Amino acid sequence: MTKKVLMCGNDAMSEAAVRAGCRFYFGYPITPQNEVAAYMSRRMPEVGGTFIQAESEIAAINMVFGAAAVGARAMTSSSSPGISLKQEGISYLCGCELPAVIANVVRGGPGLGSIGPSQADYFQATRGGGHGDYRTIALAPSTVQEVVDLTYISFELADKYRNPVLILSDGILGQMMEPAVLPDFADGDQPPKEWTLTGAKSRSPNVIRSLYLDVDLLEKFNFKLQEKFQQMEREETRFEEVNMSDTQVVVVAYGSVARICRSAVRRLREAGEKVGLFRPITVWPFPYEALARAAEKARVLLAVEMSMGQMVEDVRLAVAGSKPVSFFGRVGGCVMTVEEVVREVKKLLEEAA
Amino acid sequence: MMEKGKSRQTREQSGSSAMREVFGKPSSLKDVPTHFCSGCGHGIVHRIIAEVVDELGIRERLVGISPVGCAVLGYEYWDFDVSEAAHGRTPAVATGMKRARPDLIIFTYQGDGDLAAIGTAELIHVANRGENITVIFVNNGVYGMTGGQMAPTTLEGQITATTPAGRTLEGCGAPLKIPEMIAPFPGTKYLARTALNNPKNIITAKRSIKKAFQCQIDNIGFSLVEILSPCPTYWRVSPLDALKWIKEKMMPYFPLGEIKTPN
Repeated sequence: MTKKVLMCGNDAMSEAAVRAGCRFYFGYPITPQNEVAAYMSRRMPEVGGTFIQAESEIAAINMVFGAAAVGARAMTSSSSPGISLKQEGISYLCGCELPAVIANVVRGGPGLGSIGPSQADYFQATRGGGHGDYRTIALAPSTVQEVVDLTYISFELADKYRNPVLILSDGILGQMMEPAVLPDFADGDQPPKEWTLTGAKSRSPNVIRSLYLDVDLLEKFNFKLQEKFQQMEREETRFEEVNMSDTQVVVVAYGSVARICRSAVRRLREAGEKVGLFRPITVWPFPYEALARAAEKARVLLAVEMSMGQMVEDVRLAVAGSKPVSFFGRVGGCVMTVEEVVREVKKLLEEAA
Repeated sequence: MMEKGKSRQTREQSGSSAMREVFGKPSSLKDVPTHFCSGCGHGIVHRIIAEVVDELGIRERLVGISPVGCAVLGYEYWDFDVSEAAHGRTPAVATGMKRARPDLIIFTYQGDGDLAAIGTAELIHVANRGENITVIFVNNGVYGMTGGQMAPTTLEGQITATTPAGRTLEGCGAPLKIPEMIAPFPGTKYLARTALNNPKNIITAKRSIKKAFQCQIDNIGFSLVEILSPCPTYWRVSPLDALKWIKEKMMPYFPLGEIKTPN
């Protein structure tokens, strides 16, 4: 029998990381993700791991870099302003092809913003907030169970591609308590990592670098990275569809907003309206093709976000001008209600009639 | 440097004869020319690190971290595992490595810009936590890679690309004395300042580096060796005059010696 436990999203994320084999966590206090560091500070010693409260988010991501370079599964987490500080490190992790997991429990911005929930870091997560041509898989859970499941696989994905993976949570998911089933502890059979720095014993020295002063070499290296990113697009795109048959209005939402939209869609369906929900689970790679197929028979799409309109740009790219795309958002830590989403959908239905 | 490095070439040449090898290239150093300017100190520091690594027999459990700056290409010369790090983040990277693999010997190789400007926070905290790592701090008083700008260790009055009238204490502050700054921390165990201006001081620098690594091997704790190193190119002097510069201009402000040793 699988036993359910009641946990807040941040605690659940921490425990899932531990069970995925993460033994090194480096963090810095920032609301609304403080539960992660607190949990890890208690939990890591219990499993023979290491917790360090770093002097900054910058130091924390670079400690992750160091632990990853010697072959460990390592993680850091923060919230929006702190994730901005980690961007340099994320670019270096990509450039040096090091696996790592970085969780962003998103809060309102820009600047210091608010400690309320937000999705305004979508551009940063999907376009790369750091410098250079890089991509990171960005997993956007919608429930505490999904926080657990996606955190658990994030370490495997990071190792598979030798690339950092982002978990895009938010202030609602992080704080909210829900029952969830925890996975078993991953056994020790992590993929071999011949590239790690473990001392040049019985082999020639390994080097971890992102500097290529020879521009031709750097171009070749970028081509190699792109192949990896294209493989991620082919193999790692995840999404969910709800009530997508005979749908006139496709509501597109991810993360905690998708929960609100799910309720709105249910209410509209009960009233006989042909409305469905399309939920990207990976916001990068974004499920462009799946959304284009889902939208084929629809009249209109509605992107709903806790931002001023960021994911909506991917929705427009997905349908490539073939359908009108509308947007509804709340920002700054404000959360839309089910009623507001219902009202927005009804408006579109009336306009289309 | 009479202690021998184990040169592959010399070993091959000596064959079965009774000749004793007294000098050679350390096996931890690759047999390639360096990209450094003539009269630069980095090549010497690279070499004495390699000699120490050979003598302590730690090459096979060693990881070096090269900085952003002139010495970023350390892995082109050292024949052991090396990682780059983002500018100034070297001590944080070292922390992650050492905590994950305490059996490895971890050292950072940092210039004055990397360590004492952009990476000051990381350096202060790695030292205060007393991480069991070794920091080799090469102080030549300028940013070399980018064209000779003012560094936190540039001397008062020194002309650089960004202090055309010479560094002034007002507005630029005083040159930072890093070992003295971190000496009060309980976490720091071995701190020394050495120089490359003559063979005697180079031998002392090597001895200090060896002590610093030994401090780590013995699990005593954090060690740092500052090395006053010539940059003739951006001091705008000849290589020979650069050595005089170290003695006459740097050493009065940055006194040599062991600032802290393990009890």
